[in-house]
Amino acid sequence: MADAPVFTPVHLLTGFLGSGKTTLLKRLLADPALADTAVLINEFGEVGLDHHLVERIDETMVLLQSGCVCCTVRGELADALRDLHSRRERGLVPPFTRVVIESTGLADPFPVLSTLKSDPVLRHHFRAGSVVTTVDAVNGLAQLDTYVESNRQAAIADRIVLTKADLAADGAVPAALMARLAQINPDAVRHVATADGPAAETLLGDTEAHRAGKLQSASGFYCDAPATLLAADGTAHRSAISSFVVAVDGPVDWTGFGVWLTMLLNRHGERVLRVKGILDIAGEERPVAIHGVQHLVHPPVHLAAWPPEGRGSRIVFIVDGLDANLLKRSFDAFARAGKTREGAQPEAAAQVRNVQSS
Amino acid sequence: MCSLCGVLGGNEHWTDAAARPGVFTRNVERIDRRRERARRVAAANRVLAAFGMSLSDWQGSSFVLATRTGKSEIVEDLGHLWPAAERLSGRACDPLDPDLIRRMEEDGHG
Repeated sequence: MADAPVFTPVHLLTGFLGSGKTTLLKRLLADPALADTAVLINEFGEVGLDHHLVERIDETMVLLQSGCVCCTVRGELADALRDLHSRRERGLVPPFTRVVIESTGLADPFPVLSTLKSDPVLRHHFRAGSVVTTVDAVNGLAQLDTYVESNRQAAIADRIVLTKADLAADGAVPAALMARLAQINPDAVRHVATADGPAAETLLGDTEAHRAGKLQSASGFYCDAPATLLAADGTAHRSAISSFVVAVDGPVDWTGFGVWLTMLLNRHGERVLRVKGILDIAGEERPVAIHGVQHLVHPPVHLAAWPPEGRGSRIVFIVDGLDANLLKRSFDAFARAGKTREGAQPEAAAQVRNVQSS
Repeated sequence: MCSLCGVLGGNEHWTDAAARPGVFTRNVERIDRRRERARRVAAANRVLAAFGMSLSDWQGSSFVLATRTGKSEIVEDLGHLWPAAERLSGRACDPLDPDLIRRMEEDGHG
């Protein structure tokens, strides 16, 4: 128990129905690196685990009647995690250092993350780890076209695992699917599942430092091709999920940014699937990384150094049906307003550049 | 109180975590902390003015949001501010509202 971490990371394994979540989990759990992992599966008894801890969670979504429609909290998940924590503290179960939750194929991943942050007990003992989403190489494209859940799962992912590549034509993941995923979630690392990969540590070995580092990795934060969702023939996709980068020259005022982002998330939180980026904060030497999923914003992390691209703020937004240009203009207006009254660097008023070549 | 905004209990809101003096620290650098709170009040008021509301510091621990007619509410942090502002003003506080953006742009230039 002594080596149990202060905040136990809770990783979420999600993906559409039949996309290979349980297969992936089975393989991951065979890895000795995951020996100290507690597992919550919300379908009963799919994986027989002897020394692991299997809890069952029903698909109960509890809507709190306190008047805030965004407050969906999974009561049973919270109970199950609290119980696990309690039994670990009492030495009734082996000390686990991470938790993996496998959700059902239709679940919106977000309420799980919010449970960790909102529960008065859990938020002191657990923290959100990686979100791993499985995408079926054969049927994935059709699912993305048809089901909004599938899009949300892909958009929220930290890592996307493409499954069943060996079943696809030519034995490879279709390029159209890869391109589509790059559009929905440009900053997620994409792995192609094989019989023995990707390794458990690759998918679930997540720490705060890891997350900060990930923001700067070549394949990680800086999207190669942020884009609105247009198919190859120029027609709009059915889903309105799109991603874009807001880049700002000159320092951003943290207070003004805080006012703006809290206001945006309050009104449009359920449509801002992801906010992720580094900020050049006025008065700060080092970059500050921010990372948010819908209404949930992780505490900002200070990075050690600026990336090779140089100093500047870059924020990736993955949104569901929000106007990218309006959002950029709004950011500009609020950031600028935050600076002028202070009289600091009026000439360095933040100008929003449209990185997405138009 | 909205649990999904990450503000249940009202402490440790993400906007509280900046490395500026007075933001991280709670027990030392009292003056810095008060100055930082004053900056937040000023930043929020620039936006709230558009809705006929104002924010003020309350004992260095909370904020008081008030309308021009005197309706007021105590809020803990920026996460709680906007739900309260929408409730008191009866309007949607939408940063993507073109009229509000125009107003903020004019404020920034003027």
